[in-house]
Amino acid sequence: MAWQALRVRRRLIARKGNLGGRFVDRGVDSLTSILRSGLAFLAGLVAWFALGAVVRAQEPPYFVTYSQALEEPGNLEVALKGLTASPKDANAFFSPTMEFEYGATAWWTTEVYVQGQATENDSTIFTGFRWENRFRVLPSEHWINPVLYVEYEDVNAADKSLLEVVGHDGISDLQLNNAESRGEVERELEGKLILSSNAKGWNFSENFIAEKNLKNEPWEFGYALAASRPLTLVARGRACVFCRQNFAAGAELYGGLATVHDFGFDGTSHYAGPTVNFTVPRGPTIGFSPQFGLNDNSVGVLWRFKVSYEIQQFRDLFRRAQ
Amino acid sequence: MRKRWLVVLTLTLGAALLMAADGSWLHKVPETERKRVNPLAGQAEAAAAGRVLFEENCAKCHGDDALGKHNRPSLRSERVAHATDGELAWLLKNGSAWKGMPSWSALPEPERWQIIAYLRSLPIESAPSANTNR
Repeated sequence: MAWQALRVRRRLIARKGNLGGRFVDRGVDSLTSILRSGLAFLAGLVAWFALGAVVRAQEPPYFVTYSQALEEPGNLEVALKGLTASPKDANAFFSPTMEFEYGATAWWTTEVYVQGQATENDSTIFTGFRWENRFRVLPSEHWINPVLYVEYEDVNAADKSLLEVVGHDGISDLQLNNAESRGEVERELEGKLILSSNAKGWNFSENFIAEKNLKNEPWEFGYALAASRPLTLVARGRACVFCRQNFAAGAELYGGLATVHDFGFDGTSHYAGPTVNFTVPRGPTIGFSPQFGLNDNSVGVLWRFKVSYEIQQFRDLFRRAQ
Repeated sequence: MRKRWLVVLTLTLGAALLMAADGSWLHKVPETERKRVNPLAGQAEAAAAGRVLFEENCAKCHGDDALGKHNRPSLRSERVAHATDGELAWLLKNGSAWKGMPSWSALPEPERWQIIAYLRSLPIESAPSANTNR
């Protein structure tokens, strides 16, 4: 969230109180329609699954932190990433994000996000899109593997996806009603330095985030750290569903680092929590994570989940057989 | 003049890619890595697990029969058969980003050895193919 936008929002909260009541009757319908859309999406992907067109991805079980893992070239991963929370002094909300991640080459992954949110006693709205690119810097593996990340965002201030936390992002961002916040569109550039290591089955990832609103606003910073490991390092000789090789577990810690003018932890929010992934062989990957706010400026608990399907060699669908 | 430079640049890049397509990754493998031996070599169970992993991760590009697909190389070529365990392990870990082979370092090392054990269990396909030279 932009620094200036945050000030505007805080002023609005102070002026109007925090719970807009104009959309009370539409709240339940909003959540229902979002859930219905989610179910339709799942049904469509189950059809893909039935056709055998999807297999598992090899990404660590992170929701905010990026690792060095890029999408395999030619693969298209379709994912639904959800976040729900009941912030203090604000309405509960559900924020779904659709992701389309494509491996353009072995060193470049590009991804488009489409986002929305439904807030209880308020409304369901589309909040914007993002276009992200990740570039592997070094051609071979090292102790630490850098990946560069560049993203363009066109999202409005009602966005509650918390795909990253930067600057002074905090609980007050979630206390405005949608009618007030959706009109404020933020066009931002975001860069990340992703550092990641794989050692003895473990993955350790560190992200440093810098975000700039294209209006005249200061740079905002954030961080994300994570570690994970599959529950076993050796595969079994036959396909199985609920065996340890299909599970990975880890933990994430992330938060804001204020702006270029007041770099540090003052007025920032931070979260930490365990994460787990379950990969159905020749099927989807399902992830779940409760993430706990670490200070008063954070939401108590963020409940995150993700369902992703990797469509193998998507580009082969457009090639003639050889 | 500008156009000529563009042509030269394109030809140079093309030549570089062609040269890289001859299995040149083999020359990048450090000697210590090259000498590594698969600790799971000869274990039928490891090869069976490797087959499961191959089907999940590798078959999409290299084909269910590992003979290559859509210009992607056969893994039953003589080049692969003559590569040492260490060389294959190095390739799986590091990939060959410019050639389209991603790094599989996210797979635990024992699973990568299982895949190599499976590849060793496959018969060599000696028929000449454009794919085998990559």
